[in-house]
Amino acid sequence: MSTISQLSRRKFLQLTGLSSGGLILMGTLPISVSAVDTLASATGVSLNLFVSVQSSGQVDIIAHRSEMGTGIRTSLPQVVADDMEADWQQVKVIQGLANADYGSQNTDGSRSVRDFYHIMRQMGAAAKNMLEQAAAQQWGVSLAECQAKNHAVHHSSGKSLGFGELAESAAKLKTPDLSSLKLKDSNDFNYIGKNIPIVDLHDMTTGNTTYGIDIHLPDMVYASIERTPYLAGKILSYDHKAARQVKGVLDVIRIEGKPLPAAFNALEGVAVIANNTYSAMQGRDKLKVKWKTNEHASYNSTDYIKQLANTVTHIEGDVFSNKGDALNAFAESSKTIEATYTTPYLVHVPMEPPMATAHWHDGICEIWACTQTPQSTQKTVAATFGLELDQVVVHVTLLGGGFGRKSKPDFSVEAATLAKVVGKPVQVVWKREDDIKHDYFHACSAQYYKAGIDASGDVNAWFARAAAPTIESTFNPSATTIADHWVSQCLGSIPFDIPNVRMERHAAETHARIGWLRSVYNVPFGFGVGSFTDELAHAANKDPKDFWLELIGSDRQLDFKEEGFKLSNSGRSLEDFPYETKRYKNVITTLTDSIAWGEEQPEGQGWGLTALRSFLSYVAVATKVEVVNGKLRILEMHAVMDCGTVVNPDRVHAQIEGGLIFGISLALMGQIDFVDGTPTQSNFDDSPVARINQIPAIMKTHIVASDSMPAGVGEPCVPPVAPSIANAIFAATGQRIRDLPINKHLKV
Amino acid sequence: MLQLTINNNQVQVDTDPETPLLWVLRDVLNLRGTKFGCGKGLCGACTVHLNGQAIRSCQVPLSAAIEQKITTIEGLSEDGNHPLQAAWRDHNVPQCGYCQSGQLMTAAAFLSSKPELTDTNIDNAMAGNICRCGTYPRIQKAIKQAGNALFVDAMETNQ
Repeated sequence: MSTISQLSRRKFLQLTGLSSGGLILMGTLPISVSAVDTLASATGVSLNLFVSVQSSGQVDIIAHRSEMGTGIRTSLPQVVADDMEADWQQVKVIQGLANADYGSQNTDGSRSVRDFYHIMRQMGAAAKNMLEQAAAQQWGVSLAECQAKNHAVHHSSGKSLGFGELAESAAKLKTPDLSSLKLKDSNDFNYIGKNIPIVDLHDMTTGNTTYGIDIHLPDMVYASIERTPYLAGKILSYDHKAARQVKGVLDVIRIEGKPLPAAFNALEGVAVIANNTYSAMQGRDKLKVKWKTNEHASYNSTDYIKQLANTVTHIEGDVFSNKGDALNAFAESSKTIEATYTTPYLVHVPMEPPMATAHWHDGICEIWACTQTPQSTQKTVAATFGLELDQVVVHVTLLGGGFGRKSKPDFSVEAATLAKVVGKPVQVVWKREDDIKHDYFHACSAQYYKAGIDASGDVNAWFARAAAPTIESTFNPSATTIADHWVSQCLGSIPFDIPNVRMERHAAETHARIGWLRSVYNVPFGFGVGSFTDELAHAANKDPKDFWLELIGSDRQLDFKEEGFKLSNSGRSLEDFPYETKRYKNVITTLTDSIAWGEEQPEGQGWGLTALRSFLSYVAVATKVEVVNGKLRILEMHAVMDCGTVVNPDRVHAQIEGGLIFGISLALMGQIDFVDGTPTQSNFDDSPVARINQIPAIMKTHIVASDSMPAGVGEPCVPPVAPSIANAIFAATGQRIRDLPINKHLKV
Repeated sequence: MLQLTINNNQVQVDTDPETPLLWVLRDVLNLRGTKFGCGKGLCGACTVHLNGQAIRSCQVPLSAAIEQKITTIEGLSEDGNHPLQAAWRDHNVPQCGYCQSGQLMTAAAFLSSKPELTDTNIDNAMAGNICRCGTYPRIQKAIKQAGNALFVDAMETNQ
């Protein structure tokens, strides 16, 4: 059954804000009835969904990825427009609904440009080809004599036809074979590699924006939800009399949580429904909910992390990477160095907490949400209520930040659950306290490292052992081991040329919803590897930059076959994205050449350096700090990134800046503690993030010019920050920080 | 009915006077450019002007705004071209954009006091506004640019 197809084409056009007067170029549009009908059956990337041309000449380009601050609503359409020879001033960006025909819409993993750059170029080139064919037919000339440029097709005789004039006849043509299309030479790019301002810039500076919290529908009511204080909690009883007496409160509804796995299900809770947001929150504060105790209700994370640290330091684990014989090689080392690092649970805290609005009508459930993943939202809601996929329509609003939190659609399931009961549109508003206490938490970790230095000062053996709750546990409660693709992040993928390497991991039980946060396990493992490498440099009495370069060694491509380790390489092949030590070393030397690296520093000041490869990009960060009377000040932070081909350099610089500042927040102050199964933190007062007066006065970002395949940008600059600061603190003071965050040890 | 002046418009609302101004603006008056971030005056996303002063509208009850002059991001300028808004665009400040209404309103109140545009003064003025995306370096530059434009213009006018 397909209820959606009963909706008129006009209705769908209204839903997306597309003008109904347009001519659809490439066969179908996601908002047409026929296209929506294909949703359930289609798999993979349908290659005719992104571009339409109106008779006015306006080119509508679908943004199928979510805008959470990376500029992706601009960057990918910018790519389409370039190969299409469209005039950017005549392009309108339309946000796509959840639709599997687009391919993945899951906006995380720093994947938007790296996975869709080539496809978007093909979309643009296909559109251009069809417009050129239409012109050739109209003029009765060969295609070779027709060339699209600047929003029109031109003939060698000098005549031309605008895109708008050609739209109707072009729309009747078949989509050309994409592999046969010739893409533009990079020398001819109009927009790729250029600083195009984001399409939302004017609206974002005038308040004329629609985020998840800004959806306003007729008859809409608001919900605030008291949720289980610990994993898998169930309600014993609740008293809602006082809540119902609050003016504006309309109803109180219990949401029954599902058994584990937590997955993307709604948490058990009690929702207060009101005719305005504030009344819903007031009523919710007056609820008295008693919870049944369970095995997670006594969880204490401080004890847990201590235990993890003890385990990784002393107890043999499961080997996941092995080369040579590290354990016996230590006997031949003239010096061995050991260190154990611990990192805390972290939260995402996007400035807009999770927000979703749902409305059941005409046999469908329609959702508006600040989601990073509209298709997961669609699938989860459909599965929860036994609907077909095409009975769930998901609109993506702007996202007031995401950082991985909004790729979990639990909040949309809550909205759908409540709207079904209420019979009206319901907006679920998460308070900041809800956001912090009910996050999908970034895993804490413990890591133990040991290395041997031989008589000539070379590292002859490297040993690492780690434990952390695994994200898999959110989907499979019996999962306790961090998977290969997670230990691939910095830990298993060290770039060093060391003859003997052994790495182990330990199981770790889970007592909270664990989820991915910007850079995921690169955050703890980047800290461990980046810090320990610096410790080794000092133990070997070498300059850390020289030590990094020596340890990386010759120019080569790494595959970790000798270690027996399967590198995930962010899901891409080593043929497309080789792991190149030359690029790794280049970001380090480019960085240190640009600063006063190696110069004597005044008392209490020092530089720290680290580098890593994550999401297929190479990054080096150097930080200069000052420590006076136990108070840390970050004076300078410099980053060099090699992320391959760049679409919009200004937005890449912005992501580097933002990644560094996100990293400063985590390094200095990021910490969530569980007591009795519940985070003790609740808002920005006890869970602070970096403010404008905490960033370094000097921040410099540099992008390495490259024509390699485009790699990840949004995440890779977060994990180098903590080790670069910790290494700088050591250089400045001799104090080695092995336990994050830094504010446990120094005033920040 | 309570009388308010919002963005130079007289409006009347029939709302509990204890309701925070933020929710009156958003839910009752449909002025949704002012954002909710923390509900405790900690993040600055809800910043508006009360008689020209930057306030956290999540902490100010409607009763305190009666017959006072309120300005929201929608009323910061006629055409969206306040020197700060223009500078914000020149420096491509926004990433996700969510906190930027509050950032702009705080910055506008700061500049209206004609401060000395030192790094410390700017940081002190803006330290109550959180941007999780990390647009701070560009906010600093944009405020300097707008401040210089405003004060230079003012000096020229005075001559």
